[in-house]
Parts: sequence; structure tokens; C-alpha cells
Amino acid sequence: MTRRIRSSASFADGRLIWEAIGGAFRKLDPRVQLRNPVMFTVYVGSLATTLLWIRSLAGGVGESSGFILGISIWLWFTVLFANFAEAIAEGAGKAQAATLRQSRTTVSARRYDPASGQPIDEVAATALVVGDFVVVEAGETIPADGDVVEGVASVDESAITGESAPVVRESGGDRSAVTGGTRVLSDRLVIRVSTLPGQSFLDRMIAMVEGAARQKTPNEIALAILLAALTLVFLVVVATLLPFSAYSVAASGQGRPIGLAVLIALFVCLAPTTIGALLSAIGIAGMNRLARANVIAMSGRAVEAAGDIDVLLLDKTGTITLGNRQAATFLPAPGVAERDLAEVAHLASLADETAEGRSIVVLAKNRFDIQDRDLESVQPSFVPFSARTRMSGVTLDGHEIRKGACDAVERHVTGLGGRLPDEVRAATSAVARAGGTPLVVSRDADVLGVIELKDVVKGGIKERFAELRRMGIKTVMITGDNPLTAAAIAAESGVDDFLAEATPEAKLALIRDYQKGGRLVAMTGDGTNDAPALAQADVAVAMNSGTQAAKEAGNMVDLDSNPTKLIEIVNIGKQLLMTRGALTTFSIANDVAKYFAILPAAFAATYPALRGLDLMRLSSPTTAVLSAVIFNALVIVALVPLALKGVAYRPRPAVELLRTNLLVYGLGGLLVPFVGIKAIDLLLAALGVA
Amino acid sequence: MTAVAAVIGGPLAIVTPPAAALVQLALGGGLLMAAAVPLGRFMAAVYAGRSPRFARPLLFLERTILRACGVEAGDEMTWQRYATATVMLSAVGFAIAYGLQRLQHLLPLNPGGAAAVAPDLAFNTAVSFVTNTNWQGYAGEVAMSQGTQMLALTVQNFVSAAVGMAVFAAFVRGFTRASSQTIGNFWVDVVRGTVHVLLPLATLVAVPLTSQGVVQSFGPAREVNVVEQPDGGSGQRLTQRIVVGPVASQVAIKQLGTNGGGYYNANSAHPFENPTPLSNLLELLAILLIPTAICFTFGELVGDRRQGWALFAAMAAIFLPLAALVVLAEQRPSPQLLALGIDAAAGPGQAGGTMEGKEVRFGIVNSAVWAAATTAASNGSVNAMHDSFTPLGGLVPMLLMQLGEVVFGGVGSGLYGLVLFALVAVFLAGLMVGRTPEYLGKKIGGFEIKMAVIAILLPCVTVLVGTAIALQTSAGRAGIANPGAHGFSEVLYALSSASNNNGSGFAGLAASSPFYNGLLGAAMMIGRFWVMLPVIAIAGSLAAKKHVPAGPGTLPTHTPLFVAMVVAVVLIVGALSFFPALALGPIVEELEFVSAARAAGARP
Repeated sequence: MTRRIRSSASFADGRLIWEAIGGAFRKLDPRVQLRNPVMFTVYVGSLATTLLWIRSLAGGVGESSGFILGISIWLWFTVLFANFAEAIAEGAGKAQAATLRQSRTTVSARRYDPASGQPIDEVAATALVVGDFVVVEAGETIPADGDVVEGVASVDESAITGESAPVVRESGGDRSAVTGGTRVLSDRLVIRVSTLPGQSFLDRMIAMVEGAARQKTPNEIALAILLAALTLVFLVVVATLLPFSAYSVAASGQGRPIGLAVLIALFVCLAPTTIGALLSAIGIAGMNRLARANVIAMSGRAVEAAGDIDVLLLDKTGTITLGNRQAATFLPAPGVAERDLAEVAHLASLADETAEGRSIVVLAKNRFDIQDRDLESVQPSFVPFSARTRMSGVTLDGHEIRKGACDAVERHVTGLGGRLPDEVRAATSAVARAGGTPLVVSRDADVLGVIELKDVVKGGIKERFAELRRMGIKTVMITGDNPLTAAAIAAESGVDDFLAEATPEAKLALIRDYQKGGRLVAMTGDGTNDAPALAQADVAVAMNSGTQAAKEAGNMVDLDSNPTKLIEIVNIGKQLLMTRGALTTFSIANDVAKYFAILPAAFAATYPALRGLDLMRLSSPTTAVLSAVIFNALVIVALVPLALKGVAYRPRPAVELLRTNLLVYGLGGLLVPFVGIKAIDLLLAALGVA
Repeated sequence: MTAVAAVIGGPLAIVTPPAAALVQLALGGGLLMAAAVPLGRFMAAVYAGRSPRFARPLLFLERTILRACGVEAGDEMTWQRYATATVMLSAVGFAIAYGLQRLQHLLPLNPGGAAAVAPDLAFNTAVSFVTNTNWQGYAGEVAMSQGTQMLALTVQNFVSAAVGMAVFAAFVRGFTRASSQTIGNFWVDVVRGTVHVLLPLATLVAVPLTSQGVVQSFGPAREVNVVEQPDGGSGQRLTQRIVVGPVASQVAIKQLGTNGGGYYNANSAHPFENPTPLSNLLELLAILLIPTAICFTFGELVGDRRQGWALFAAMAAIFLPLAALVVLAEQRPSPQLLALGIDAAAGPGQAGGTMEGKEVRFGIVNSAVWAAATTAASNGSVNAMHDSFTPLGGLVPMLLMQLGEVVFGGVGSGLYGLVLFALVAVFLAGLMVGRTPEYLGKKIGGFEIKMAVIAILLPCVTVLVGTAIALQTSAGRAGIANPGAHGFSEVLYALSSASNNNGSGFAGLAASSPFYNGLLGAAMMIGRFWVMLPVIAIAGSLAAKKHVPAGPGTLPTHTPLFVAMVVAVVLIVGALSFFPALALGPIVEELEFVSAARAAGARP
């Protein structure tokens, strides 16, 4: 259903890769490099080794110019690989943005005065201001985001949602929001403009998928600080190695002080380049994953916060249960056969077009195979539901058949001289206690029994809540039902808690309460009365089908309007953090092997005993240093797919997750470079590099 | 480290320390735990302001002092005020310590007639004692009067330790308080620690020490005839000047407060400071007592004893293997002994191993364990000369300091230092489980990480840059006594010691020059205050945060897995920062030592 957006963001796309390669070179601009402190130091190192190479061409003692060139080339590759990772992540977003941009064509808007009902003038959509009223007719494109104030129309929103079926937009209620760039298919709407051009939903969506609006999240900032500090320390470690080496040469009387090219190589190998190179790609890819899940986040912060959610508030109706209650059982009165009750209930509901009514017909059919009778012959007169009588039914063959709330039906039969049997009264309260809605059925003065209407919990929802529980998230159901009903549905659906008889104020108070206790609250909602609670929640997912107020209050919009989408959002948020954490650990753990490669190579001439540290038995000092640098560059490319896909997250206790990731990325990070550097060294030796 | 162990694994396998020494150590460990756990709980009560009943007289003393100083116990401080008070007290302490040294020739309590201390040395010494380092560029018995020893040095032994514990207490309040702007009152914390903890413990340690023969006297130096006269007693008699003074009272607090500054130049190797194996055991316990107990104080204060045990386990997991490594390293014979065919195996009446620089009354094991303990617990007092240790035996104490003095570490400072590493560990772990990191219910954000990395990495940078400066200048190279890699090790050791506020030294380095006095003085200040101030800032930031209740998604921080992760972060930060420097010093020495030993062993 959302094919358009999803298909445009494939990473394996050949054209994307070519564009990313071009982007990698364009990003060599120092102003771009300066944004990433870790990679900027590598950039400076590459420049410095290039200069060292040029100087070495002029002759002189020290490292051979071929060796310096080798290091220089691979340092440039390191920078390019980092650029490539960022470019390919951005490329996926750009492709998506291009699709979106096609729908943002310049349109004109017809301004309208709702007081007089007269059109004012026609202006470009960009000239609209908040508060303007515009009129849009069939076949026209809606010029700006806004609320429908007049009319009802079907609207094609596929440009935004990828969903081709048109949706109905009408004034008032929860279906009043329209989005600029979508098209009116039928009828006519008057819209009050609610956002300035350039800040519309579509604009924000484009900015987000392009990564232009991406701000650093708190954890990303903290990680950047840690990485910058580590880089700085390694700079000091490497810089002080020069005097240490000079002293050692003087003390031992042999060897030469460590060369600048080797020092720079050592520094680049030690600096957390792996994570530094992939950090921004991870962030962009996370947002893209979110966009592919058809969720538009207004800030990266919200995505990250989604990974920390403790409590999730869910509306009962439409989220946990199917939209409407359905007939579940017939409870006949004493002396009445269940089949008779079903038959009468069937008749009473034939004209009832509500979901409840239809479900009664279906139940009667399923239980007793009661067929639709040919009603034309008997001239039925249908009695529609009215707020006054709180009953509906049919008068047929002179019989008054009614169904309705217990007290309404009781009043009706008492008026006819009958009475409500105590057994039926008991049955209705039993149904209500169990969370259902009882409907009493009568024929003339006789009460035939009770139909039990029940909320039907959506299939698979229990499993999803169990998954949330494993993630450490508590689910709270919010419903306007009375506490009895709410408790029954809560038990059936497996939510951890519920808020019954919820008012907007009660929702807000509940969220504040959880937040005061230090918990992070997520909420999904679509109605205008959800807006205050959405604004208060830490992660607020508004349904795209909802009102403009709800969308404005939320920090994410789900284009599929699927309330359990939050599980996917949480997954993406967690993946984002885990990928950063895993690659940081990997990057730091890598350093150990690099020391064992470079230090003996650099100092064995001064202190031959240091050959004892050459655990990998590398071919020569030259290949040792080159192997470490090449490994360092190649590992970036090797990890690009992981950075874009993200580390797999399965809901498990934190300790287990940590153990697994420490083993894979910590221990793996420790051991992999020993193997990798040795392999590259063997290859270099085979190629005749010495 | 593991790589080093792998390289020297062969020769180590053959050495076994004497069984009696190991029994003695096990006994010491048992005594330590028996004392540390209740002491930790007592300290928790003290810093929480719930002084127990039996300590009523101390509480009275505390209140009297505070009232006399005009301190309102309820006057809560913001972290900025707390930090200012910390620096102010240290500045005043520095001024007094400096002034007393410079004017000691004019002041009473100077029976030996000690002259005024030179400005650079007085600066170095004052910084050294105020920062709880107790690096000694002087010979105490000659350079300092009894008055200076007591009023400048011993007073700072108390105050600098109390300051460390006060900052610890404030730091813990960062975790225990929620949505609070304040982290306690510095003056109250300092007086509490001094009156309730340091003074009683120092008394408890000093008195038994005198029973073992540690001197406590205001008398002048004695002139005595040396026993073995060179000419058999016929001609001019040789005499020796033996200085006495208030030694026991200073030694007790120098060990308890992880200060380490001895009354005598030879420190706890001197028979008047540490005369018997029993006094040695007592002093060793005193070195580790408060840094161990404070782990349990931490657990008690944060309301979860397991957290304290976890940090203790992390410390022990680093300390025990490294201490064992020193013992094994020193139990090895040197190549020179091997070449002469000397039997260096331990046996009845023979310590075996390499005894150079060690006291015969302590032997190998007690010297080696002391070396590990004194460098693990930012103490720096020595009962053997670390400069004479085998390369590996010298490397371990150096590494223990370079790890940032967080393995036991200084009183108070060791624990808050380790918690900084725990914050970094929790940050990485939090990322790896996909959740914003939390430690003890507080979310760890950018500010905490920034402060933690400053506090963790600045001492590392100071060690490296300081060593580079010393090697680049002729004044720095002039102090180096030994040629080759060992000369480098001496400088590296000195900077590691000063920057991490330890105070022990590779004594071969002639460090009492204006150059080293200035350089090491600066290093000590950075190592003290650039850890302490970020810690207080973190306390302030955490105290202002809300308390996050632990849920199923929260990473528990008392599990063996988390302990292992903290240990790994400590070791990896230390190893990554110092591996190249160590490679050019003790590691190459060790590799040369091993190959020389192999060659010597193969010869006969």
C-alpha cells in the first residue's frame, strides 16, 4: 500500500552507488569535513602525508617516498570511504525527497470570504498566509495545509501516504485536516490555511528525508564529545611519541626517531575513525528507515526518545479493539428458546445499518442459519434508533419488536403491561460486569432475552503487547468506558493497565503523573481532544487520518494511521543507539591490534627486543604500517551496510543484549583486526611490497 | 597487559613465593574485609548526618567546631559554591604549608635547626600535600622541622583526605537527590570526615604502631656511635645522627589518608616508621582500609549495597592479578644472579628472587604487595625501592597509577574516579542495549560525559605531555640517573605518580631540581583539581535531574557483566593511552630482562 515510498529507497540501487561515489569526492570540501571533528583530523593527516610525499620526492633521508605515498593514498581512501558512507545514506533520502517534490508543483489558490460566501481573488499558493480561506474544487490541488471549514470531499493523498484509495475529508470532527499537495477528487472544500508556505507538512517531510533538518540528538552529542576527546588523547599520545622516540634513540644509540608519516598513520589508526566515519550515516539511515516505515518524524530527538519509552498510552477503540462492538451471544429469558430470541433479534436488526446491528444479523445467521426473510410481503415498518426512546426495532405482522438498553426496554414493556423478568435483569448486569453491552429484546409485552455485545480485541494484539513488555514498555489502555468494561477488555487484550472514563484532562494528568515519576511516555492519538495529551507526551505519534491539531501536537505522524506502529518506531530508535554503541565499541577495541602492528614496526630498530610485541609476525615494518592503515580504511567500507541497516534488535532483557553485543563487537573488535591485518600483510608481501 | 604476561609467561611459571607469606596475606585480606565493611556502613551514616549513638562525643566535637567556625549545618551549597569552597580551602592550605616551610627557621619546634626550605621545593611540597599526593622532593628528617612536619604536613594529611571524602559525599548526593539545586555543605562534610573518621582511626593506628617501635617524640636528634667502627675502635669514633620526632602520629594518617608522605626520606622502609612485620601488616591494612570501606559507604548511601560490592569487585578484579604479578615478577632471579649460578629459589630462611632495594625484614612478598597496594590506593608510601624492582615489577605500580588511581585510589577520590569510568561504561553499554544510559536512576547526558572524559583523560595527557617536556629539556634530562630505557621509565614514573596524586617514585630520578619541582607541582595540581572540579560539576548536574525508576529495560549495574565492562573500560583507556610510552620504558626493559635471563639460564 505504500509502494511508492518504499521502493525508492533501496540501497542496492546501482545508480545510487554511483551518485554516492560522486558525492564522496564533492564532500572533500574542507567546510564539509570540518563538521565531523574525527574525520577532519584524518583529512588533515591525508593532506600532511601528501605534503610529506612531495617533500620526499625532492630526496632526503627517512622514510621512502613510495612508503609515504602508500600511506597517503590509503588515508585519502579513509576520508573518501567516510564521505561515501554519508553520501549513500543521504542518497536514499534524496531519492525519496525527489518523489515528494514532484507533488509540490506551483499551484494557485482562490481566496474566499466565508462571511459573504464570495471569492476574493486568485493568488499563488506561496502568497497565502495563516488564516486565509481558500476554496478548492474537484480536480484541483490543495494549495496549503489547513482545516476544512465547509463541505465534504474525497481527497487523493497518495502523494504523501502512497495510499491510492481516496480518503474523505469534511468540516468538523476528526477528519478535517488536509495537506497541501494533495488533490480534491470530488465536490468542493473551503479550507482555512493553517501553516505558512515552506513550513507545510510536505516541506517538512522533504527536509527530513533529505537530512537537511536533521539535528543532532542528545545521545549523538554525548557520543560526539566522547569521540572528540578520544581523538584528542590519541593526538597527544602520538605527538608525545616523537620526543619519546628521540630520547630512546639517543639512549640506545641505534635506530632513527619515528617518522612523521608513521606517526600520522598510527594516529589515524588509533583515532575512532570507524565510528567517526559512519556516525552521520547511521543517523541519516535511521531517519530513512523511519520514513520507509511511513512515519514522518519532526525531530530526530523524538526517534531517539522512542527507544527509551517506558509507558505507552493507547486508545482502546480502533487500536486495541476493532472499531465497534459486536454481538457475541444470545441469552434467552426463562422459557424462551435461544433460536426464537435469535430470530426476533435478527428481525429487529434487519434495518439497523450500524456495525452493532449488522453483527447481530451475522451472529444469528452463523448460530442458527436464520435467513433474510422476504420482508416486502409483510410490509414491515422500521423504527429507527432515537435518543428519546433509546430503542430501535420493527413492527411486523402487528408485533412490536424492539431492542435497546435494559431500562428503555423495561419502560416499553411495562407500558404494554408486561414486566422485565429478574433473570433477564441479572443477565444484563452480568454482561455489563464482564465488559460487554447488553441489549434487551422484546416482542410486544414479552421480554425474550439479552444480546451480549462485546468489544472484539484485534487479532495478534496480545502478542504485540507481550513484545512491548519484553522491551520494558508498559502499555496503558485509555477508554471512555466504565471501569468494569475497561478492566475486562484490559484483561482480554493483555495491556498492563487502563484508564477508564478518560477525559482529555484525565489523559493529560496521567501523562504528567508518569513523567513526574521519571518515566518517558509515548502516546498515539488522532482526535482534536487528544492534542493536549499528545503535546505533553515525550513521543507523540499522530495518525495521518487525524485532525490538524493532533498532527501539530505530535512529534511524529504515521502515514499509515496504524496505532501499533509505535513498536516499529521503538525498534528503530533502539537500533539507532545500538548501532552507534556497537560501532564505537568495535572501533575502540580495534586499536589494540593496531598497536601490536605499528609499535614494533616503528621501534624495533631502536630496541630490537620490541620485536617480541610483533604478535602477528608481520613481514616487514613497511607492510606492518601499511596493513594497519589499509585495514582501518577497508573496515569502514565493510561496515557501511551495517551502519545503514542497523544492528538487529530483538526484545530481550538489557543484560542479554549487552552480553551479545559485547561479545560480537567488543571481543570481535579485538580479534578481527589481528586476522585482517595479518591477511593484508600477507597479500602485500605476496605483491612484493617490502 | 595480557600480551606482556604472555611474553614473560615462561619464566614466571617456575617461581613460587613462600607459603607463609601467602598465609599472612590471606589473613591480612580477611582482616581488611572484616574492618572495611562495618567502617563503610559507619561512614555512610556519618555522611548522611545520622551519626550513630556510640559516636555521640564525636558529634558533639563536630558541632562545637562547626559552631565555632560559624557554619550553619543546614546551609546547602550549589555545586558552584561547593567547588569554590573546595578550591578555597586548598588554596589556604597551600599558603599555610608554603609559609611554614619558608619560615621554619624562625619558628619554634625546630630542634634540629632546619633551614628555610627553598622556594621551588616549598612550592612543590605544599602542592604535594594539599593535593593528597605527598610526593617528596626532600628528605624529611633533614629538611623539615618538627613544627613543619606536624603543622604543615600532618595537618594537610588530614585535610586533603577529608576534602577527598567530602567531594565523594557530595558526588553521591548527585545520585541520591532528585530535582535538587544543592549537593550539601562542604565545611560540614570536611569536619565530619575529619572528626568522625580520620581522627579516631588515626588514633587507633598510631598507638599500636608505637608498641612496635615507631617513634613518637619531640626530642632532638641523638648522636650515637656506629656499631662497626671502621678501625676497630682505636682511632676517631664514627657517629651517626639519628633524628626522632612525632613519627607515629604522622605515619598513621599518612597511611589512612592515602597520603604517603613519610617522616623520613626512606619512608616506610625506615625502621622508625615501619619496624616489624606486624607494623608492616598494620600499615598495609591502613593503606587499603578507607578506599575499600568507601565502596560500601557508596552502596549504603545510594540505597543498594550491591552497587558498592560491584565497584569493590571491579577494583579487586584489577588489583589482585596485578599484585600477584608483582610478587611473581620479584620472585624471579635477575639475569645477573642467574649468571653467577646463585640459587634464587625461595626456601626456609631465604626470600629468594630479587632482593635489591627490599628490606630483609619484609622479604619479597610483603614488599611486592605493598608496592601494588600503595600505587593502587593513591598512597605512595614505600617499604621498598620501586626503582630497583625487576622491569615487570616496576611496570605494574606505574600502570596502577596510570589507570587513574581508581583501583582503590585515594580516600574518596578513588571511588569517585572509578564511578567516572562507570559512567563511561554505562554510556557505552546503554548505547549497546538501545537505551539512553542511566546510572543509579540518573540519565547520563552530554554534560556528564564531557566532564567525565575531562577528568579521566586530562591526567593521562598530563603524564604524557609532562614526560615529553622533561625529555625535551636539558633540565629534565639532567635528573635521569640510569641510562637507556630505564632512565625513560624513571621520568614516566615520576609524571605518572604526580599527575595521579600518588607520590611514590623511581628514586633514581634526581627530582629535587627547580625544573622537576615546578613541573611535578603543576602536574599534581592538574591531577587533583581537574578531576575534582568536573566531579563536583557532575554531582550538581545529576542532583538537578529527576530520578528514573528502574524498569525491565534498565541495564542493571551490579552484575558481573557490568563489573567486567567497567574493568575493561579502565584497562583499555589506560592501555591505549600508555602502551606506546610503556613500550619504550618498562616493556622493552622487561623484554631485554627476559632474553638476558634466558641467555644466562642457558649458559651453565
